[in-house]
Amino acid sequence: MTNVATKFVRRPTGRRTGASTPSGWWALAFIAPATIGLVVLYLWPFLSTLIKSFQDVPAFGPATFVGIENYTTLIGDGDFWKAFGNSALYTAIILLGIPLAIALAALIEQVGRGRSIYRVLFFLPVVTLPVAIGMVWRFIYNGDFGLLNYVLSWFGVDGQFWVADPRFTIFAFGVVGIWMGLGINLIILGAGLQAIPKALYEASALDGAGRVRQFFHITVPLLSPSIFFVTILNVIAALQMFDLIFIMLRGVNNTALADSKTIVYLFYEKAFVQFHQGYGAAIAIVLLIVIMIATALQFRLQRSWVFYG
Amino acid sequence: MKRNWIAATAMVAAATLLTACSGGSSSGASDEKVTLTYANWSEDQTPAMQQIATEFEKANPNITIKVQTLPWTEYWSTLQVGAAGGTAPDAFWMLADHFREYAKGGQLLDLSDTVKSNKIDMSVYPKAVSDSYTYEGKSFALPKDFDTNGIWYNKALFDAAGVKYPDDTWGWQDVQDAAKKLTDPAKGVWGIAAPIDSQGGFYNTILQAGGSIINPDGTASDFASPAGVAGLKFWTDLQAAGSSPTLKQLSDTEAVSMFENQKVAMYFSGAYWALRLYKNPELKDKVDVAPLPQGVKRATVTSGIGNAGYAGSKHPEELKKFLAFLGGTKAAEIQAATGTVLPAYKGTQKPWLDAMPEFHLQVFIDAIDYSVPLPVAGNASEWQGLAAQYLAPAWDGKKPVQDAAKEYQDAVDQVLAKK
Repeated sequence: MTNVATKFVRRPTGRRTGASTPSGWWALAFIAPATIGLVVLYLWPFLSTLIKSFQDVPAFGPATFVGIENYTTLIGDGDFWKAFGNSALYTAIILLGIPLAIALAALIEQVGRGRSIYRVLFFLPVVTLPVAIGMVWRFIYNGDFGLLNYVLSWFGVDGQFWVADPRFTIFAFGVVGIWMGLGINLIILGAGLQAIPKALYEASALDGAGRVRQFFHITVPLLSPSIFFVTILNVIAALQMFDLIFIMLRGVNNTALADSKTIVYLFYEKAFVQFHQGYGAAIAIVLLIVIMIATALQFRLQRSWVFYG
Repeated sequence: MKRNWIAATAMVAAATLLTACSGGSSSGASDEKVTLTYANWSEDQTPAMQQIATEFEKANPNITIKVQTLPWTEYWSTLQVGAAGGTAPDAFWMLADHFREYAKGGQLLDLSDTVKSNKIDMSVYPKAVSDSYTYEGKSFALPKDFDTNGIWYNKALFDAAGVKYPDDTWGWQDVQDAAKKLTDPAKGVWGIAAPIDSQGGFYNTILQAGGSIINPDGTASDFASPAGVAGLKFWTDLQAAGSSPTLKQLSDTEAVSMFENQKVAMYFSGAYWALRLYKNPELKDKVDVAPLPQGVKRATVTSGIGNAGYAGSKHPEELKKFLAFLGGTKAAEIQAATGTVLPAYKGTQKPWLDAMPEFHLQVFIDAIDYSVPLPVAGNASEWQGLAAQYLAPAWDGKKPVQDAAKEYQDAVDQVLAKK
């Protein structure tokens, strides 16, 4: 009887991997362009960076293996810790932009006609060249004839040198960073808002819930997966901030630069200005680890606050 | 299935072949069409560079020159990555402080033979400039231009304050006194711009005080010596007297912009601003230039751009021809006649003077006699970046100049000590 059963049930004679069949090979050929791109543009540079981080790499010419020297130097390097602190502060400020984005997304959702006009307006900075943004904000922040100080003077507030005084630079960048990222955040959160069933609002209204109560008890919990997603993206982008400081402080002999460097700026300076590519690579690897830890931490924490219907 | 695998590999191989062919080498025959790229970082100078390229193409119809302009902020990183990756421009501008790394790394085309075979007389260039492009006895770049420093000043502001214009009799105290008199807080006008500027600023005053910036064998700096401190104090005194916008103001608005906006009456800087100031209709009749003041002695740092070639170029012979042309009289004359910069080639500077007759530009040429090369020992781009960080407290009056100078000197010496 058992023989009968085996007759009708086709069993694989061996472990078959996808690639060993003709169609499997074709599949490989078709994914090859994407895979090769991934390997050449991401995996190879990553491995090469990892290797360089254990080497002393001059501007040109052969590299020498130095073990973990780059990393031990890094730990004792005051400039690195200062840059680390600046990046952390900047990231914290950027996160303050998320509640703002939630509130704005909810307000735009309330708008009947012309909703897309608001979306476009908020999205414009996202598609503007960072160089142009940097130039415009440099003017706005200028201590002597900047727009911001002019407006503050209406209220009798003394202006500051927002991007020339190391006490304020990171905060100044933070404001620009929030403004630049708002468009993307609004699109993601807006999509999340539209997925919330309208019936919930109607039902709660019948039960006597006001707008504010609805916002905190329906909107925010049901939006939490989108908020979580936006937070992950923002933290990663903020830890990689480079363009603003490059455009607003470098190249103009700004004396606030020394105290305003971020991790990626320090990486750029070590690798491309001072010709220490190995040390630069070590900074990049440490940044990667920091981003991985920050992201893992958020995934751990989300269990307690993200509500998946 | 084996056939399929072969088909897939063949596809990839074919693709690689295609790219290999398109990048094929083509040096050799001299009548072959060849394109060379020539990179610079200055919008202002691009028209003159284009004109030089066109002139060269006329004499060498088989060679096409493509002039590329990169923004200053990207120039060096692009060049470095390009050189390491084999895609650098064929010819490009070089600066003395970056030169050593490139020459040491074997990235530059050796021009010693070109100099010999074209009978180029190196003594036509200011020695301070041509020396800075020599590495281990070989020439790797021909000087394009040079700059010395002078006092750019605004005659209208001097007239308004009733102060005599600067001239070659001025000493340090004259600058301090004039700057004080010219400053008018009510009008938002300052006597001078005193940023933390090495090339246009404190290097010159340290030399004028009898100091040396970096010692001759490039092993130690000289900022904390009596002369070094005196040279730095020249600037901190101007800050302390309120005769200059503060460091913060000068960080927000560059010194040259302050000068262009007629907010400062004096600005110590190089010949390279001449054309920009001359082209500004607001300033053309108000601005002039005088020699730097004398300290213990006369001195100015000098440096210049060099035209270098990429060692990895596919057309080294054509490139050498082009570089020799760039170092010759014709290229120098075009630069001079367009008022672009002060050409390095001796005897070609007159058209530059004549292009802007209202400015007393002879000052910059006379300064060659007492000029000192810009110090570029060791990893220059690393220690040069330290100035603002260590000197800012002295400029802001938060730390005695002597202390800041000592810390600055130690930091620079630490970089110099690294081979």
